Amino acid sequence: MTTHEASFVRASMVEASPAPVLESGIVSWLRKNLFATPKDTALTIISLLVLAWLVPPAIQWLFLDAAWTGGGRGVCATVEQGGSQPEGWSGACWAFVNAKFGQFLFGRYPIDERWRPALVGILFVLLLVPMLMPKVPYKAFNAVLLLVALPIVATILLPGGWFGLTYVETPLWGGLLVTLVLSFVGIAVSLPLGILLALGRRSDMPVIKMLCTVFIEIVRGIPLITVLFMASVMLPLFLPQGVTFDKFLRALIGVSLFASAYMAEVVRGGLQAIPKGQYEGADSLGLSYWQKMNLIILPQALKLVIPGIVNTFIGLFKDTSLVSIIGMFDLLGIVRLNFSDTNWASAVTPVSGLIFAGFVFWLFCFGMSRYSGFMERVLDRSQR
Amino acid sequence: MARRILTALVGAAVMGIGAHAASAATLDDVKAKGFIQCGVNTGLAGFSAPDASGNWTGFDVDYCKAVAAAVFGDASKVKYTPLSAKERFPALQSGEVDLLARNTTWSINRDTALGFNFRPVNYYDGQGFMVRKELNVKSALELSGAAVCVQTGTTTELNLADYFKSNNLQYNPVVFEKLEEVNAAYDAGRCDVYTTDQSGLYALRLTLSKPDDHMILPEIISKEPLAPAVRQGDDQWFDIVSWTHFALIQAEEFGITQANVEEMKKSTNPDVQRFLGVEADSKIGTDLGLTNEWAVNIIKAVGNYGEVFDRNIGTGSPLKIERGLNALWNKGGIQYAPPIR
Amino acid sequence: MAIGVTNAPEKGRSSGSIINDPQVRGIFYQAITIIILAVLIYWIVDNTIENLRRANIASGYGFVRSRAGFDVGQSLIAFTSDSTYGRALLVGFVNTLVVAITGIVTATIIGFLVGIGRLSHNWIIAKLSLAYVEVFRNIPPLLVIFFWYSGVLAVLPQAREALTLPLNVFVSNRGVAFPRPIFGEGSEYTVLAFLIAVAASFLIARYANRQQAATGQRFPVLWTVLGLVIGLPLITFLATGAPLSFDVPIAGKFNLTGGSVVGPEFLSLYLALSFYTAAFIAEIVRAGIRGVSKGQTEAAHALGIRPRLTTRLVVVPQAMRIIIPPLTSQYLNLTKNSSLAIAVGYADLVAVGGTILNQTGQAIEVVSIWLIVYLTLSLATSLFMNWYNARMALVER
Repeated sequence: MTTHEASFVRASMVEASPAPVLESGIVSWLRKNLFATPKDTALTIISLLVLAWLVPPAIQWLFLDAAWTGGGRGVCATVEQGGSQPEGWSGACWAFVNAKFGQFLFGRYPIDERWRPALVGILFVLLLVPMLMPKVPYKAFNAVLLLVALPIVATILLPGGWFGLTYVETPLWGGLLVTLVLSFVGIAVSLPLGILLALGRRSDMPVIKMLCTVFIEIVRGIPLITVLFMASVMLPLFLPQGVTFDKFLRALIGVSLFASAYMAEVVRGGLQAIPKGQYEGADSLGLSYWQKMNLIILPQALKLVIPGIVNTFIGLFKDTSLVSIIGMFDLLGIVRLNFSDTNWASAVTPVSGLIFAGFVFWLFCFGMSRYSGFMERVLDRSQR
Repeated sequence: MARRILTALVGAAVMGIGAHAASAATLDDVKAKGFIQCGVNTGLAGFSAPDASGNWTGFDVDYCKAVAAAVFGDASKVKYTPLSAKERFPALQSGEVDLLARNTTWSINRDTALGFNFRPVNYYDGQGFMVRKELNVKSALELSGAAVCVQTGTTTELNLADYFKSNNLQYNPVVFEKLEEVNAAYDAGRCDVYTTDQSGLYALRLTLSKPDDHMILPEIISKEPLAPAVRQGDDQWFDIVSWTHFALIQAEEFGITQANVEEMKKSTNPDVQRFLGVEADSKIGTDLGLTNEWAVNIIKAVGNYGEVFDRNIGTGSPLKIERGLNALWNKGGIQYAPPIR
Repeated sequence: MAIGVTNAPEKGRSSGSIINDPQVRGIFYQAITIIILAVLIYWIVDNTIENLRRANIASGYGFVRSRAGFDVGQSLIAFTSDSTYGRALLVGFVNTLVVAITGIVTATIIGFLVGIGRLSHNWIIAKLSLAYVEVFRNIPPLLVIFFWYSGVLAVLPQAREALTLPLNVFVSNRGVAFPRPIFGEGSEYTVLAFLIAVAASFLIARYANRQQAATGQRFPVLWTVLGLVIGLPLITFLATGAPLSFDVPIAGKFNLTGGSVVGPEFLSLYLALSFYTAAFIAEIVRAGIRGVSKGQTEAAHALGIRPRLTTRLVVVPQAMRIIIPPLTSQYLNLTKNSSLAIAVGYADLVAVGGTILNQTGQAIEVVSIWLIVYLTLSLATSLFMNWYNARMALVER
């Protein structure tokens, strides 16, 4: 047997020695992300100071000092202002939100009938959630339920007047109910209408092209508030004597038309991004115009512009708050209307109410934008 | 003819999505649809405001009810359209509402250029000022340099400009669309003075966080005759609205109240008999296009003018406004009904 | 709707009936559209005329020459209740422009800071910027305006207890009052001197660029220009005897009197629009900077260009090409959102128009004025930004 002359052969690998203290763990993270350069250090310190100055008082005001329950303005006012709080107190008045919660949801919808919008809301959530989850099957069936059956049920349930349901006039509707109905209808109308307008704008027919372009550019050039004023003040003049629209319906039309012009521009961006070969390929297969659009162009184009579409939805959702200016009581409108309730008038009521309304709007918009990001990633993956 | 057909076609299409068409005569139209569409204020305590359960109440609302009682014999056949100052005129012009009872001042411009008929004046008002007591202001003439909160698009805004100009006073207008916003801004100290119709000031003072800290100045700087309005060109409807008011006044003059109206039917006074339609072959109601019971129905529904006043804005209400000019003509006021005969 | 006319088969080859000829069908569809549209317009116009006649409303723009009769709280140009409706609209228009321009400037500054902040290596700055964007982007601007307005009214002291800041600036819930400069005789020379200095600065900058291209020597532009723009007007100002005095606000019986006042209505609208739009601008800026490929920076570094210069000469010019088109639409959005002024009683074009609409009943005329003004503003901004974009665009060879 030959023996190796080597005195030592190591049978196992050397354990990696730990990284230097400064290059690992929390210290390194801090060094890299907060204190990389003197300028960074200064910025970090300034930011921390600003946070320390802002955050604890905000938490104090929003939660610790807030009045959570109570039956009237007393809990939200200091002794000097005629309430029960100690001198110098300031905190959020969540008791106000608490007491008015039903109104914030449904407006002045009669209390005995509130199960109707609540039921529609529950159905909406039940249908929407499986729709949003990519893994759940039966998408087409679900979509039909959501976009056809639900609106029919809602049209029967919300205003009533059929099947023994008492009629509830739209001026009584309010709060989140109005915000959501306006948004849902606006979204459901503006997407198809926007697609039609975008196709029209890229049409070969000069008349159609001109009409769509003029409509889109005019609507995009003016503020929504003037569109709403037109709907509420001028529309009656355009109709024959005595023919009137429900004010709610007018706002609905105004918001939908406004959003569809923006939607059209988003969709047009997608259409332009589709290579010419796709159009020509479809033509060479002998597809008709609508077959070409439905089967080849639109599926690709719409997928490209999902972020833009969702952004338009978010914009539409936020824009519904403008109907409070023309005297309708959406969420923001009903919150503001309740500021003038003498039973709850206090120095902190308006700010608390606005924070609540802002939070609700934020929740919906943020949710939508997050979902759009998620969908983008899912589609991206399926693309590969 | 072509237009008629077209109107009918498009009208039918429009009706399908929640609208209704109407003929020219408001009374026929109202009878056909079974209710009166009444334009009211979006919220002014005492005049028209929704109560906790969403029912509209107030002085102006009672006028809507009175007209409904006269037409249908049923005061509940009214639907209310809350209107902002900006929306009220287009709403009436376009026929969206049949009657505008929304503390609206009768002026020549509105009577002619806007195409309405006002009358009769159901509340004689005047524009006043409210200030904080701590400012120690005793007269509106001391208000030079003040910031004044006012609702935009009202006669109030115009009177304010004229008053300060004619008295050589400086001021800084702070204007808002809605009365609630004006109220909130005044309450928060955005301005020193709040100006609107005096009745409004009484109503709004109640909604301030500390009503007792504020006082209403004695000056009345304008005439503000508040009257219900209808469209021009429909004299029958105009007559009905006018005589509804006169019936309320006349009832007070006769001492007929909600409580004793059935009793009074047995009165031997021929004037009362004629008024209540119990006189043989009375034609007063039918000539108006209504039934002869019209006055009885009105009084049963809302009472007489004095009762309406007291219940909503007078001594029986939190506002506690004096009758003043609105007392009957034989009690020192100027509310007067033409003879009903 | 549209038929592939461009790919239509040759005439004569078509074996089918005329109904299947795409060109004929296209003309047919368009004719139908025109007819429907014409009928609809006729119907609307006819109804409107009928309604106006019935309501006895005189139509036409004659009303702009009648006396307005109301006062406007905030006005940069002279306005009294004796002025005309036309002038009131002009006041509104100027107010719209003021809030739009100041808002655009502020939103751009905040937006660029936050957008760059989002790309910062500093974790806390990046997260704070992200939080800013996510909060403001997802709340309706109207709510932000109300929030600022109630905030201003609730937090700031009453007028008679105004906070006094240095330089005779007073802050209260009636707004910010500051001394108003009164220009005396001879002050126009100072303005003239300033304009000359600015013009000279442009010439110097061009000269410096040419000099650098020719010789590689950099002329100290910054210091020369600063000296010129500050020094020349200052010397002129002193030479003409300092013709400037201030109208200082003093406490009156109700308000501070004298001086200039920026009201809380303007402040809340301006702040809300700036902060809201800045969130969108920040995202645009971030996308723009991200859009410049890393190779550009690395190449610049490889050439030995210092980081600061790399940013200024390599990254920013390229990022601007991506940023400008969406930035334009944000500017337009801000201008249109300024119409929310009506919610807090700032006298912009829509608010003043609304008042006039109410006093005169001329709904169609007032709305048409709104439309024309906003469309013109949109068009003007687009044209300007397109011109700027064309200047900045890549010159491809």
